[in-house]
Amino acid sequence: MISFSPTEEQQMIVTMVKQFASDEMRRIYRECDEDGEIPGSVIDTAWQMGLVSSGIPEDCGGFGGEHSAITGSLIVEELAWGDLSMAMHILCPSLFAYPVLEMGTDAQRKKYLPSICDDKYKAATSALIEPRFGFDPYSLSTSARLDGDGYVLNGQKCYVPLAAQADLVLVYAGENGRSQGFIIEKGTKGFEVGEREENMGIKGLATYEVSLKNCRIPRENRLGGQKGCDFDRIMNCSRVALSAMAVGVARAAFEYSRDYARERLAFGEPIASRQAIAFMLAEMAIEIDATRLMTWEAAWKLDRREEATKEASLVKAYADDMVMMATDRAVQILGGHGYVREHPVELWLRNGRGFVSFDGMAMV
Amino acid sequence: MIDFELAPEQEEGMKAAHDFARERFRPVSRYYDEQEHEDPKELIDRMWEERNKGTLALGLDVTAALRIEELCWGDAGLFLCVPGPGLGGAAVFASGTKEQMERFLGRFNEGGPKWGAMAMTEPACGSDTSAIATTAVRDGDEWVLNGEKIFVTWGKRAVENPESLVVVWATVDKSAGRAGMKSFVVPAGTPGMRVEKLEKKLGIRASDTATIVLDNCRIPFENILGSPDVKKADKSETKGFKGAMATFDATRPIVGAMAIGVGRAALDFVKEAVENEGIKIRYGVPRHKLTALERDIMEMEANYKAAKLLTLRALWMMSQLQPNSLESSMAKAKAGLAVTRITQKAVEIMGPLGYSRKCLLEKWMRDAKINDIFEGTGQINMLVTARRVLNYSRDQLK
Repeated sequence: MISFSPTEEQQMIVTMVKQFASDEMRRIYRECDEDGEIPGSVIDTAWQMGLVSSGIPEDCGGFGGEHSAITGSLIVEELAWGDLSMAMHILCPSLFAYPVLEMGTDAQRKKYLPSICDDKYKAATSALIEPRFGFDPYSLSTSARLDGDGYVLNGQKCYVPLAAQADLVLVYAGENGRSQGFIIEKGTKGFEVGEREENMGIKGLATYEVSLKNCRIPRENRLGGQKGCDFDRIMNCSRVALSAMAVGVARAAFEYSRDYARERLAFGEPIASRQAIAFMLAEMAIEIDATRLMTWEAAWKLDRREEATKEASLVKAYADDMVMMATDRAVQILGGHGYVREHPVELWLRNGRGFVSFDGMAMV
Repeated sequence: MIDFELAPEQEEGMKAAHDFARERFRPVSRYYDEQEHEDPKELIDRMWEERNKGTLALGLDVTAALRIEELCWGDAGLFLCVPGPGLGGAAVFASGTKEQMERFLGRFNEGGPKWGAMAMTEPACGSDTSAIATTAVRDGDEWVLNGEKIFVTWGKRAVENPESLVVVWATVDKSAGRAGMKSFVVPAGTPGMRVEKLEKKLGIRASDTATIVLDNCRIPFENILGSPDVKKADKSETKGFKGAMATFDATRPIVGAMAIGVGRAALDFVKEAVENEGIKIRYGVPRHKLTALERDIMEMEANYKAAKLLTLRALWMMSQLQPNSLESSMAKAKAGLAVTRITQKAVEIMGPLGYSRKCLLEKWMRDAKINDIFEGTGQINMLVTARRVLNYSRDQLK
């Protein structure tokens, strides 16, 4: 039966995350962006909420709750509203954990998930994006070749969050032309973390280039073992997560510029009392809500294990455009004040632009 | 729980509506577009029959919206001929007493086809409904109505078919502004109410759009919806005006449902044509690898979906008894604009086939446009949305 109301439990989680986002994340987001660093204490506090481990079964070290894409969408929207860099940092272990949880062999789940569910935050990550024009997740340059009792990986990755800190990395590579996941443990020969990247936005999040040079891993490190992984589903889970994050960023920009427009006087009246400004805000509000509902629908399909490529890719493209529109308008509404770093809207515009390039950098 | 699964009866209702639209509307769609003002009498009898069987019974909820989408996928003009309480009924439902609901709405479950129209717009007032000049003067236990109403959807049918009714908005005290604005139920056949003119329109030509004149039209005192009192003290919001606005909260998302029906007709047409050319729309492919055609179609689909979900949410909220003014205006603003663009893009994509009257696509483009105009233009709905998100009164944001 059609319903747009989150469960009581989901509402409780959202309230908790909202509180954290507004109290903790919003307090330090600017320094994180300027310094390129997120204090470990904030990450630890966030980790205590158990956002990732709550959806992992008890026998794998988690709290045994339900792993749901809808719940995930609700959570990541709030975190991204707080700050996108921090949200991606906090949720980074899920890039490794969720594919292993959903598609890993029993042995992989038992071996890797408990360490992620530790009380202390432990970085784990995944590497999908490649530094080249025309990047396509379905046609990766990074290759995995079966050689005797193991796989040999070769290629170049970029935008790998927390690659330098992570003990576990899920590397996506083309195996006979099909994208599959491969688990690489820290210290494996041929896995080299490069320089930290410098990007226009998400500056608080440490991302790295990674090289794979004849990197040899055991055969059993192929995600899902012989069966492999459902790469479409991984991509769809990522599209849904990124769409929800885009909603969070856009909502932040909308709320801030709305409040500003109510305060800022021009010609003796708040600028919000002019339709030129008010209609921009109305359109932002409409598109934010529309994108959220489309995200929920795609997430709902994922939770039902239905084919969701159409819904997920439609909403992702829509969200990419929407977040640019909303963050750009927020800067425009603040005018000159929007352009200076005293206000957060320029930061949201920079972060918003990234969504088109963030394939695989978030997961529900 | 957030859920998008349709109940089995909703699926059945959609299927029945879709079949009816395909079998009964589509074959005569072009005919009634070209023979504007010709009454599709047989079809109307058939609709009334189906309605009484439940197939075309249309309320103001999610289930109704799903059916309306299917019917308007068939033909939005013919959909607007489906007999029923309509907007007039919605007004009675929004602000009538229990007795009035029984007296005015009960009739729609029996007898022959009948319609309930709403007469709001006047030659000198469109979106500014508070500037209404039609007057209602109390005379003993009667009201005497005088004025001219234009753009009354299915006005002719409501005025001329026995037992139909028109809800007329009029002022009982011009000096009171909005507070003086009231709505009155005028039964068909009341002396002094007549159809003056039928509009010739861009689209939805099967639907009659009438000018109605009220010339010393007398109705019983108890036909007023809501209280007859004029509360001058409370200038900002008053019951009469609120009644009109409450009606919009329910009907705007219904227009959203109509809109997406027309939009989907165009979308289905284009997708089928493209498929017949052996072109597959590739979802999940990076954007830089998509063709311009794929991008266009995906954008149309996403906008259709956005409009649909906003529409369903607004109606769902109403069924949960949650205030939905903001959400219903959002849905209407989005849906009206989205399908205007979807259908225009569809005509563009199909080129000569899109522009030719051999296909229905050009008709859908013309039909779609009304959804961005009636029940509040896109701009009015943006204004309502803006006021709500800014928490501004109509004095603070004009």
